[in-house]
Amino acid sequence: MINRKIAPVIKDAIDYSLALKPFQHSILNNGINIYSINAGAQEVFQMELVFYAGNCFELQKGVAAATNFLLKNGTLNKSAFEINESFDYYGGYCNRACYNETSVISLHGLTKHMEKLLPVVKEMITEATFPQNELDVYQQNAKQRLKVNLQKAEFVAGRLIDSYVYGDAHPYGVYTNPTDIDALSIDACKKFYQQYYINGHCKIFISGKLPDNIHDILNCFFGDLSTSVNEIIIPKATLSPAFEKKYRIQNDNTAVQGAIRLATPFPNRHHPDFKEIMVVNTLFGGFFGSRLMNNIREDKGYTYGIYSYIQNHMQETAWIISTEAGKDVSETTIQEVYKEMKILREEKVTDDELLLVRNYMIGGILGELDGPFQIMAKWKNIIINNLDENYFYNSIDTIKNITSERITELANKYLRPDEFYELVVY
Amino acid sequence: MIHFDRFTLDNGLRVLVHEDKSTPMAVMNVLYDVGAKDENPEKTGFAHLFEHLMFGGSKNIPSYDEPLQLAGGENNAFTTNDLTNYYCQLPAENIETAFWLESDRMLSLAFSKKSLEVQRKVVCEEFKEHYINKPYGDVWHKMRNLAYTTHPYKWMTIGASLQHVEDATLDDVKAFFYKHYTPCNAILVVAGNIETSQIKTLSEKWFGDIPAGTKYNRNLPIEPKQIAARHLEVTEKVPLDALYKCWHISPRMDDRYYTTEFISDILSGGGSSRLFQSLVKEQKLFSNIECYHFGSTDAGLITIEGKLVKGVDIKMAESAVMKEIKKLQEDGVSTAELEKVKNKAESAMAFEDMSIMNRASSIAMYELLGDANLINTELSKYQAVTAEAIQKECRIIFNENNCNTLYYLSDN
Repeated sequence: MINRKIAPVIKDAIDYSLALKPFQHSILNNGINIYSINAGAQEVFQMELVFYAGNCFELQKGVAAATNFLLKNGTLNKSAFEINESFDYYGGYCNRACYNETSVISLHGLTKHMEKLLPVVKEMITEATFPQNELDVYQQNAKQRLKVNLQKAEFVAGRLIDSYVYGDAHPYGVYTNPTDIDALSIDACKKFYQQYYINGHCKIFISGKLPDNIHDILNCFFGDLSTSVNEIIIPKATLSPAFEKKYRIQNDNTAVQGAIRLATPFPNRHHPDFKEIMVVNTLFGGFFGSRLMNNIREDKGYTYGIYSYIQNHMQETAWIISTEAGKDVSETTIQEVYKEMKILREEKVTDDELLLVRNYMIGGILGELDGPFQIMAKWKNIIINNLDENYFYNSIDTIKNITSERITELANKYLRPDEFYELVVY
Repeated sequence: MIHFDRFTLDNGLRVLVHEDKSTPMAVMNVLYDVGAKDENPEKTGFAHLFEHLMFGGSKNIPSYDEPLQLAGGENNAFTTNDLTNYYCQLPAENIETAFWLESDRMLSLAFSKKSLEVQRKVVCEEFKEHYINKPYGDVWHKMRNLAYTTHPYKWMTIGASLQHVEDATLDDVKAFFYKHYTPCNAILVVAGNIETSQIKTLSEKWFGDIPAGTKYNRNLPIEPKQIAARHLEVTEKVPLDALYKCWHISPRMDDRYYTTEFISDILSGGGSSRLFQSLVKEQKLFSNIECYHFGSTDAGLITIEGKLVKGVDIKMAESAVMKEIKKLQEDGVSTAELEKVKNKAESAMAFEDMSIMNRASSIAMYELLGDANLINTELSKYQAVTAEAIQKECRIIFNENNCNTLYYLSDN
């Protein structure tokens, strides 16, 4: 009979040496940088065109997002329907997304159909026409979606906490109201398109099972774009954080839960503490076995889930704690979060717990290197954020070597309740 | 082609192994053939609550999560109306830790009182977060009740009411465990950087001595054929009127399932689909519209749901939907349209198979449906669908007497 009380011997994940498969770099005729990874078993690819066309460049609220959305809604030769049809017919998926600094056009598909799909992407970024009718539908649907979202406590809480941390004039804290959507115009979109797409700056990331002549293929479709080789200078936005720290908002008088958000400013990825903070955050509230989850979900049952995370911003950012808890236990939940901060500030993390967090994080990274898309995502993060090439390896060193003394030190530096904005939306 | 080996232990546990040497990781997927449809109508939500309790410690191991995380792994689980699925991923060298953990909780849970008390609360918060504290959150509660009179698909996985979850007792938990969590009701899939011979040895070592238990014989009430249209109209605190219509479709293992899948794709898959183009873009009656189904094992539902543009009359919007359906029934689909959805299916399946986690769970799901090799043969079933079959199926499904309609109206 086996003794089931004894755990099998494990290899500590921290004993693994992890390698991030390098990318191939090439430059198109017009200076566009191509980053590619040719790997994987399935005959598929993913391409992302990253433009510096996020909302930090807009002069009017919502223009960056509307422009990005409408890229796919009409070109000189194709209606929105025809564009969609050209992707759908070959089983391709073309999406677009708008962030604060960048905006992305992504394309997924079967490698054998790549050359059928690329010309359509090219049309979108060179010949988009922004038809009035398409803007009308966009405005109407965006307003309707906003109306539904505004009834959700978690949506309202997400908007408000950002506006407290950054100020509502900052690209990270700004939010749109129905009147902003109404004010959008074709003219504004066309101007934005001209400046930040046609004459903007673009980087291309492509991964998957790629043809050998991928550089030539991309050069053929994108090597003659009139984009600029110069890196775009990201405008420095002014922070205007709220003075008042604590907020209780009633959004719905029949609510049965409170959407809780706690937030404190944090520099950014380039700050020397950042890699270590990723470990502290994991331990505190970053995974299912975290302190917050163990106490507030697994011991008290106040919530379905509670997480902490550093927001994914390029410039200044924030450390957030986020949960939806029963209405009658929302205030107690906040007190418990502060209690956990205090414990982390005052008590040394045990070797056992620290080893568990290290192994969990390294195991997670090992799992994330499964497949070309995920490897490229790691590189893209490094490149877009102008991080050091050794960033990946330095992060792993940090996970393997951070001490419990250092964790206490960082908890004392950053996990101070007085520095946190505190919000509950009912 | 996805290769796998298959063997069965003496206690009835089916084991499938999929080797992939390109990853440093391994995945263990344990599927139990029990879902919300197997619940007592007076004690719904139990299969899902039980899934939570599976993490509350087993007979010999006080915590499931901690040793797994220490081994560099992570895990999760989900419950549907048909099944309960547990999966974890960890560095391949540590695969034995997964065997140790999964086999002990198949052997017996700790049945801790504290775990039950806490997880009852956690599930109640999950219920509130997803189904009460959200606009339109209770739609499927209402819709299932309308569309099913008899079959247990009439309640949601989360449960018919909070009360059922709150009332669960430790005796209920034990009875459920011994009835459903036995080797002969489970399918074990191991995938990744492992060897079949090694998995055979480990399976015998850790799962071999678990008593077989009694095979649970499912005997669910059959949903009688719907013979008249059903309607429900509610007015709730939501900002927009919404229309929901659903029709009964064939079970998962019927060949017509693939035809139905294409029907939903033709109607609403992507920006060139019929409902989106006609009703959102051209007629501007809806701000969004979707057609989907849940892929359930027994006969399920195909659903069209959409939020109306403010000011549009719901009856008019509904008849515009039906006009699109009628077009499909009368004129069928073009060759190009059929080719499009076939290409899309091929592409979607290639993307689905990218991670070992997905491959492992697909193998388990297909084995539950009768044959894991469906993971390799399904594409040919999609490719065999004809335009005639689509048109014929549209006539069968979209029959007025087979339809359930819910008007979910705004109170302002």
